[in-house]
Order: sequence, then structure tokens, then C-alpha cells
Amino acid sequence: MADYLPHTPAEIEEMLAFLGMDSLDQLFAHIPPAVRLTQGLDLPGGMSEPDVAALFTRYTSANQAKASEMTCFAGAGVYDHEVPAVVKMLAGRSEFVTAYTPYQPEVAQGVLQAIFEYQTLIARLSGLPIPNASLYDAATGLVEALNMAHGATTRQKMVISAGVHPHWREVAKTFARGTGHDIVEVPLKDGLTDWGSVDASNAAAVVASYPNYLGVLEDMTAAKALAVANDALFVLGADPVAAGVLKTAGQWGADIFVGEGQPFGTPLAFGGPFLGLFACTTEQTRRLPGRIVGETVDSNGRRSFVTTLRAREQDIRREKATSNVCTNQTLMAVTAAIQLGWLGTQGLREIATRCAQGAHYLFDELVKIDGVTAISSQPFFREFAVRLGRDASDVLLTMANDGVLGGVSVAALTSGPDPSIEGELDDVLLVTVTERRTKEEIDRYVEVLRKAVGQ
Amino acid sequence: MTSHALSGGRAASAPLLGHETEPTIFEMSVPGRSAYQLRTTGVPATALADLIPATHLNADVVNIAEVSERDLVAHFTRLSHRQFSVDLGMYPLGSCTMKYNPKFCDAVANDPGLNSVHPGAPAELTQGWLELLATLEETLCAVTGMAAATLQPAAGAAGELTGLLLMRAYHSANGDPRRRILIPDSAHGTNPASVTLGGYQVTTVPSNDRGLVDLDKLKASLGPDVAGIMLTNPNTLGLFEEEITEIAAAVHEVGGLLYYDGANLNAILGAVRPGDMGFDIVHMNLHKTFATPHGGGGPGAGPVAVSKRLVEFLPGPKATRLDDGSFAWVRPSRSIGRVHGWHGNAMVLARALAYIDVHGGDGLTRVAQFAVLNANWLRHRLRETLPAAYDRVCMHECVLTATPLKNKYGVRGLDVAKALLEEGFHSPTVYFPLIVDEALMFEPTETESLQTLEALAEAVERIAQRAIDDPDALHRAPQTTPVSRVDEARAARHLIPTEDAASR
Repeated sequence: MADYLPHTPAEIEEMLAFLGMDSLDQLFAHIPPAVRLTQGLDLPGGMSEPDVAALFTRYTSANQAKASEMTCFAGAGVYDHEVPAVVKMLAGRSEFVTAYTPYQPEVAQGVLQAIFEYQTLIARLSGLPIPNASLYDAATGLVEALNMAHGATTRQKMVISAGVHPHWREVAKTFARGTGHDIVEVPLKDGLTDWGSVDASNAAAVVASYPNYLGVLEDMTAAKALAVANDALFVLGADPVAAGVLKTAGQWGADIFVGEGQPFGTPLAFGGPFLGLFACTTEQTRRLPGRIVGETVDSNGRRSFVTTLRAREQDIRREKATSNVCTNQTLMAVTAAIQLGWLGTQGLREIATRCAQGAHYLFDELVKIDGVTAISSQPFFREFAVRLGRDASDVLLTMANDGVLGGVSVAALTSGPDPSIEGELDDVLLVTVTERRTKEEIDRYVEVLRKAVGQ
Repeated sequence: MTSHALSGGRAASAPLLGHETEPTIFEMSVPGRSAYQLRTTGVPATALADLIPATHLNADVVNIAEVSERDLVAHFTRLSHRQFSVDLGMYPLGSCTMKYNPKFCDAVANDPGLNSVHPGAPAELTQGWLELLATLEETLCAVTGMAAATLQPAAGAAGELTGLLLMRAYHSANGDPRRRILIPDSAHGTNPASVTLGGYQVTTVPSNDRGLVDLDKLKASLGPDVAGIMLTNPNTLGLFEEEITEIAAAVHEVGGLLYYDGANLNAILGAVRPGDMGFDIVHMNLHKTFATPHGGGGPGAGPVAVSKRLVEFLPGPKATRLDDGSFAWVRPSRSIGRVHGWHGNAMVLARALAYIDVHGGDGLTRVAQFAVLNANWLRHRLRETLPAAYDRVCMHECVLTATPLKNKYGVRGLDVAKALLEEGFHSPTVYFPLIVDEALMFEPTETESLQTLEALAEAVERIAQRAIDDPDALHRAPQTTPVSRVDEARAARHLIPTEDAASR
């Protein structure tokens, strides 16, 4: 019997007596007996914290892919960046961790100002002026972007490059079951979106990814032109770390930016909680999903922050709201603000540059191996895809024996054949290098892969 | 009271740092200053221009902020001191279940054996995570009385929309997706917003004079075009829908499904299960019921559990226990597809499982018992000051009304809420549910002691006395907090969402 309840037997008796009751059961007496549980829950009894901790080692020890056992070269939108002690400690402060949505701004200036700083950073990194206070992740952020494009154009057709992460596209299709959006995927050729192959007339949105999920840097001029020619919004999913050195979504002419904020201080965390980045042009402000924090003054004229443009939101507009988002990912947004404060202007450029240097160094070594070929001849940033001539999942398991998490199998990301890959899927491996990988680790990767593919 | 114990320092006495504003990190920035330190890698430092074509490179530098680590720590520590939290004091924000968040659960989730695992790693290398997820799914099904669950939805609203898409898939498979969803007038705002995104139309069902769904009017709204009903039970008034079996029978009669909004699940743990009440779809807010911290507004987790007939439509892939004892990702046969980029808010899911394991079935039952005891004690204790909108036994929260204070002294519910901040307590939820005038929704949760409840009640009584003595002062409350009432109209009229907008 373990719990966190303060009530002593004497207090329970006193409280029940105050209510004119003599048992806790009486509090539930108005529940119809037909539906009452009589035997309690079919679960084991409670355990002390140390006993539960011991139980959890069952899970942690069975996770071979953890950092202490494997060097990570897996990416696919989730990257193994440095998260320093100072960021973990600040983001772990219980004032941030155990608060809720800042409904009472007078006692929530800490979270509100941190979100304001986060919003400023996202606006700068996206090159778009109107950020929100966060969404669940990039995939659901894309859904919000599509809903915004529908709101702006009243059209249903969504033209999406197959260079957009397969999971994001799948999530968009799932939610299109409710909104009725018509998702049209545009195939890749040599890693580049074949925009000429699609009819974008009457499209609400043209959606691309920068870099695309295979790591390729596509010139976004064509995508933007296609959107403009069809009066559609241009939605760009971009790697926020790339913004340290590459053109921003705004510079490519995007109307809406979405991105995955995990690289800013959030661990790999088996996929969540992550951070959906979102920003748009001022034309779309009234259609913004979720919360936004704005600067104002208090009744004594002091600078203050408050959630604003509330009339868009579900608790006020109900079925006419721009989105149903309520709880978002505030703690990850605060974490991102802290991590970016730690990196600073120079640090962000440095990690972006190091990612590109490491990835290109590894790429050049890998394609020297017989049977390993690049999937695209195009420039890339921090990630690339190669064909192995062997099942990529098998290769990953073989490499795991040498302590290397060799990447992500593209076949594992897609649910069947995918317009992003010409030809077979099964032997395509997606590989990334972050600023945390040393030359020694990269050289070892090359040897381990060479062995795994039998060369 | 039998005990002479004190309630502990109220949060007003905690180090909220007075009235000094904190500059933004950008205002503290000095060009050339830095805090970051990276590994020495030995990777050839090829110039970026030799790796990436010039057309992609940004000619401009994106300015972040340039501060030392010392200043970074001071800045965010000062911000944290300007923030109320559960760890600081009582947070009776109705509908949000702001209970104590056990530190142990954070520690478990932060174990590198869980949080350093890449979500795209092969299932063979992440068996621990898959077992954890499969175990949590089984556990949540036991708590709710359902057949299977998806853990992907990242928050309650995401769970709602997932549930509605499951309804649509189910009805579509039977030949007609149907058109309408019924929602009581007391429902959370996320319900109608989710209904629209699910491609359905909202039909509002009025409450009766007992604050419950009006069964006759519900029956009059039903028809073959009704896909289902979304209900919270206990409802947002904190009252149990006593005619739930009649409601379920009526909705099922026309072929509709029942959706359970799990926002108030904390009230019924171990007492009654949604599955036994006839619900077909249930979302849970793990950050509420199972105490994973709210993070200043997220992350949450909103798993959705379903009855047998909906199992094949669940989002996938799902962590699945195989006959040989190993685990694999399996897609349900007619899955609606992914609703999250990966596997859901995994670290939140791990915290929830740790919380459930500590409590066990018996502990979870006590959680609900004491949540309900505390809410009823507070309702009864305050009956002379803030009467309950419906004065009878409530569940885990009570909706009180400031109408008497408004009528007699011109003091509104918002004034009471703001004055409570001066008293060192977080405010209750104000003006919700919409059907109660001057609503103040208190959810004390089970982790608050009798002494704390008494201190809250006395604070409310002091405020009521101030309403008599000096109502104008209450309109200006709070004054002892880091800022006083903020100009919300100005924020909306002249939007300044970033430092750069501020400086223009």
C-alpha cells in the first residue's frame, strides 16, 4: 500500500462526520449499483517506489538501443544533439514542470515570458512573423497547417511532396478522414520533388520539406512558384537546426512554417514528448491554431505577457474554433528557449555546420564501399539515404551487435511502397551525423557497415 | 479540527520576487558572449561553401541571444520565481486535476534506459519500450473496462479527435458515416471543436434542473443520423450522470456510439468503469488522472481505449505482445492510421505507468475516494460563502457560484479568483461550465490535506468579508503578485508576439 495521500484515519472520520456520513462508500452511493465496481480494479496491489524502480529495470535493460550501448546515427527527424546539464536542470525546475496553462497571467509570468522568448526565436528561425506557443509535434503541426490553408482558401486539395516525412504524410491522411481534405502526393525523382507531374489547380496548399526527409536540399523556388500560380498557400516543413546556416522558410517564400523542435534540448525520448514548431504570415494570424502569447502591460503599466487572440480558441469559439488544441507542449517550448539561449547565435551555426561536415565525411567514406550507392545525386545537409543491396533492417541488426545504431530503415517509416523512392524500398538506409559524433565513431561506423554488408 | 497542524506556508509567502520585471534574454544579449561547449570530434572542418551550394546558404545570420551560462541560469531561475506551480501551493483549477506529481515518476522517466532510445530503432532493439507500452495499454484497459487502446494521441483534444475518427471509420464500415454528434451544454470546449474536425455537426443537448443530461430531450434529439454522443461522467459540474445506463441504451438503440471524455476520470477510479457504463470509446488525460506533470501547458498524453467492435480501427502501429513473449509493432487490420509522428508522448506514458504501479488497483481506488471526499468537504465548508450551483453530493470537483456576491456587492467570480492569488492559492477555473452564472470550479484533488483545504476556505471567507468592506479593492486584485491584472484587450488589439514585433 503506497500512495501520496495525506489523510489520517482521524481526519477521514472528521471529514465524513462534517458531511453527515460514516463511510467513504456513501460518497459514491448515488452511482447506480448496476454499474458500480464491486471487486475493485483488476490490477496488482500498490508497490513502494524502490520496488517499482526495480520493476522498471526490466524495461530499461531490454532497450538495447539506449545510448550507453549504441552510438546513434539514426535521424529521420529525431536527432541526438548535445543537451547540457544546465539546460536539463533549468528545464526541470518544478515551477515550469508542475504549472499548467497560464490562465492566470498574474502568477504565470515565468512561463508566459519564456514562451514569448520561444516565439521570438521561432519567428527568427522560420523567417515568419507570427509563431504560436507550440503544437504536439511536427506531424500534427502539418495537419494544423493544412487546416489553416483550407480556412484561407476554402479548398480541399493538398499537394504534398513525397519528400515530406512519411509519418507526417500518414498523419495528414488520417486526419483528412475527418476534414475531407484530398491529399495528393508528388513523387520524388533522384531525390527531388517532381512538381511538374502534378496538377495543382484548385489546391489549398503546396507542401514541401527542407531538407526533405531523405536529407536532400531541394531548391524551393519551384514549389513556391507552383503555389503562387495556383493561389495556394506554400507550407514548408523545415529542419530548425538547418536555419542556423541555410535559408529560412520565410526566405523561400513560405506562408506557413512547420518543424520538429526536438533538436532543441529534448532527448530522443522514444519519440515524445516532442515539439511542434509553427509560424505563419500576418495574413493568417486570425487562423492561427493553439495558443499565442502577446506582450501587454498590467494595470500599473508594467510590461506583462498574456495568452492572446483567445477568441480563436476552442474554449470560446467551440465548434467554430480554428483548432481543437488545448494542452500543447509548453515544457518543450520552454526547453527549446533555454537550449537556444545556451547555444546562442554562434552555437547554433556551429552545430549546424558540424552536422553537415560529419554527414558529408561519412557519406564520402560510405559510397566507397562496394555495393553501397547514394539514392540521390543532389546536395544534402545533415542526413542522406543509401542503397545497401541488402535488407536494411537486417543490416541494422547486424551493426547493433557492434554497438552501432546505423540509421533508420526507410521501409520501416513507410507503410508499403512510397512515392519518395524509385524502385525497391527494403535496402534503403537513412543515415545522419550530429555534432556529437567523433571522427573515430564515424570511421568505426564505416568498418561496421562494411562488415555487415559483407564487403 | 482535531489536529492543530498548520497548513504550510501559503504560496504568497514563497519567493515570488515582488514587482520587478525581468528583461528578455534578447535584452541581456551581448555580441560575442556564449555559453555552449561541444565535444571535440576531429571531423574534418570543411568549409560549408564546399559542401552545400550557395543557393541554399543564408547570407544573413539568424540572431539568437548571446549570454553566459551564469546569466542564462539567473534569467530562467528568475522567471521560474514568477510562476505559480503545484509544487509551490494548492492549485484547485477545476477540470485540470492539478494533483501532486510524484518526483519518483519523473526520475523513472528520465532514466537514460528509456529517454536515450531513438524511436526509429528496430523493435528488436527496443523491446523494453514495447513491453512498457503494451503493459500500459493493458493497464489502462483494466482501469476503463475497455478491450484495447492506442497510446499515440498527445493530449486530451487529440484523443477526442482520434475517437471521433474511430466513430467515423466504424459507421463508414457499416455503410454510412452519419452526420451528427450530441454534446451536452455543459461540455468542455474541446468537444465541439473536435467534432467539427471529425467532419461532424454538433447537436447540443440541454441539461435539466439537476445539472444532468435531460434524458427526454436527449431522446428527442436522437435519430439514425446520430453517430454518437460525447459525455463526461461525472460531468463538468462535478455531478455523476445517474441515468447513464438509460442514456447508453437510447444512443445504442439508434446505432450510435458513446464517447467518454476522460477529463474527469480521477473521480471514478476503482468505483465505476466507462466500459461498464456502456461507453464505446474513452480518452484519458494521463497528465491529469495519473499525475504526469502538466509542464506549464503540456506535454500531456491522451490515450484512447475502445470496446471490442472498434479494436480493428485503432491507430497503429501498436506495441503488441506476441505468443513467444516478445513484442512487435502491429497495425490493426482496418487502422485509421497514425495520429502522432511516432509512438505518442512516450516519456509521459512511462511516468503514468510508474504512477499506476506505485498505487496499484487499491491505491487508485483511494485516489478517487479522497478526491471526492476533499471536493465534498470544500463544497460543504463554503456553502454559506459560495453556494454550490447544484447543492448535493458531487464527485471530484464542485462548481460554486459567486452570484450572491455579485448581486449584493458587485464582486464577481473573477474578482474572487484574482483575490485568491493574493492569498497564495491558485484560482479555480472561472466562468466554466457556461451554464452556471459566475461559476467558480474548484477541484482540490486528493493530495491536499485537510489543513490546506481549511486554509483555502478561510481565504475565501476573508475575500467575502472584503467584498462587504471594500469591494473596489477586490476589483483591483491582485496587487501582491509579480504583475497586477493585465490589459488583455490591448494585447489582442495590438499583437506583439515577439521581441521583434515589440521593437518595430
